Amino acid sequence: MASVSLRSVHKKFGPITVLQSIDLDIEDGEFVVLVGPSGCGKSTLLRSIAGLETINGGEIHIGERQVNHVAPKDRDIAMVFQSYALYPHMDVRRNMGFSLNLRKSPTRMVVERVSAASTKLGLNSLLDRLPKQLSGGQRQRVAMGRAIVRNPQVFLFDEPLSNLDAKLRATMRTEIKALHQSLKTTAIYVTHDQVEAMTMANRIVVMSDGVIQQVGAPLELYDRPANIFVAGFIGSPTMNFFDAVIDGKQAGLADGSLLALPASAAVTEGQKVVIGIRPEHLHFTDTGIPGTVVVVEPLGMSTQVTLDAARERVTLLALERPVLAPGDRKHLTARPQDIHVFDRASGLRVN
Amino acid sequence: MPGQSRFQRIAGTIGVYGAIACYVVFALLPIYWTIKISVTPQDLLYSEGIRLWPSRMTLANYASVLEATDFPRYFLNSIIVSVATAVIVTAVASFAGYALSRFRFRGKALVSLVLLLTQTFPLVMVIPPIYRIMGQLGLTDNLYGLIIIYTAFNIAFATFLMQSFLDGVPKDLEEAAMIDGCTRFEALRRVILPLTLPGMGATVAFVFTAAWSELLFGLMLINSESQKTFSVGLLTFVGKFAVDWGQMMAASVLALIPVCLFFLFLQRYLVTGLTAGAVKG
Repeated sequence: MASVSLRSVHKKFGPITVLQSIDLDIEDGEFVVLVGPSGCGKSTLLRSIAGLETINGGEIHIGERQVNHVAPKDRDIAMVFQSYALYPHMDVRRNMGFSLNLRKSPTRMVVERVSAASTKLGLNSLLDRLPKQLSGGQRQRVAMGRAIVRNPQVFLFDEPLSNLDAKLRATMRTEIKALHQSLKTTAIYVTHDQVEAMTMANRIVVMSDGVIQQVGAPLELYDRPANIFVAGFIGSPTMNFFDAVIDGKQAGLADGSLLALPASAAVTEGQKVVIGIRPEHLHFTDTGIPGTVVVVEPLGMSTQVTLDAARERVTLLALERPVLAPGDRKHLTARPQDIHVFDRASGLRVN
Repeated sequence: MPGQSRFQRIAGTIGVYGAIACYVVFALLPIYWTIKISVTPQDLLYSEGIRLWPSRMTLANYASVLEATDFPRYFLNSIIVSVATAVIVTAVASFAGYALSRFRFRGKALVSLVLLLTQTFPLVMVIPPIYRIMGQLGLTDNLYGLIIIYTAFNIAFATFLMQSFLDGVPKDLEEAAMIDGCTRFEALRRVILPLTLPGMGATVAFVFTAAWSELLFGLMLINSESQKTFSVGLLTFVGKFAVDWGQMMAASVLALIPVCLFFLFLQRYLVTGLTAGAVKG
């Protein structure tokens, strides 16, 4: 096990900069999730740590060692690919033992490690099968097993669950998290799915356009997003945003209605801001922002209501079951402490 | 298929098999005819007219081809040339195809273009310069010359063939192998190569048959009996005043045998779908 640290890592593909001065410290045993929309550089960053991409500047350390010029095979890492990348001409046993056999490990050790991993992952009955004889979930498990037998310093996961169906994905998510809790090996996990990020990570790294937007614990990111991008990316359904202008202690929305701001907001009179309110923090009241119900979606545990209010499409998540019909006129409000205020020009949080 | 009557289904099946039968007859009739002529006694060849099978059979043509002519020698030469060409071309094309498939390098587009260009020249146009060059190098009238020429002419196509096969092997596999502890070359040898065997089999088969049946360069570069390949040797049955059809056909049938054996051997490598299960799907 080892820590991983990145110092102003740069990466270009031809004229296009895909990573800009990435600084990140990952502690020993931590589960860090890199999340962001496609093309944000998260996979490139992971592949740079793996040594599959050469970086154009900066330093990558695994443990005490600077690995910029170390070949992937000598970095003592294991990687689980989105496509699983199982060797099709080898059965499950040989797939899992491949890395140990390459290192000329004693046969007894290979057998022991493979059988320990396969027991852990429930693969014992499949050891003699070829990858093509396995289901998607089983292949995923074999890919995990191949990583585990290595007992590497760091696990790297490149969107390992995105080829699975929704139900299996939820199961594997829990399994990977449980596996990490028992192995306690440093893990770096790339996904575009913010639910995976929220549920699995000790810390989340949100990336966009090759830049780290925010690093923090899942709930920290959820409760105090540093900028509009993080606020909009983390959370489902996504946060509601309103353009507003500061008017004393309040924010004036596009339709002229006023919203009380949190006391912590560092704003000046007339400043153009963006107000962010999570769907579960919006409530129906008698006064407040007027809105018209567009769609009502009962989810069982909660009800998702889409409204038109203050010239925006707004989502409200109600735990009670409101009786509503499309076209109903309602009023919305949110408690000041639940309101996120961002500067419109810089996109940064100001409260 | 659903929504079809029993009659339509049967008619469809008959149509499909009928079409295949027509094609098979069309493709195999010349070979059948070759075999037929080869076992027809000399005296019946012109006297019996067109018959599907002669009234008497003989193996005399085979016996005289094997005993009275240089054909065993031609055969051996053809096998040496074809096997050597197939092996060299496939080895070079595999590495070249790998480079074109996996690496980005300066001049890659140009290399591809030049390879493609070599395929566009009419052979007849390049024979005189090649004859001169080979003559000065002392490579006329021997098998090395033929191997070099055949290799040169087949390598472009074989490279593209191997490139497309290698493109079909997911990049993730060798990256996984490199993380698991392989150098790039080990990853190539342990993971990529076993998965491209069908492709290499196809390339070997293609080049082998091309070299086996090549006539033009063989005719131009080879003079002495001892260096002739079988396709050149076949022409010795064309005399000034007559063609010995029986012996010529017998020799042709014998020439088919190595190719058939070769394909029989390669068949298991030509099965596609070896990479199934590597990645999703």
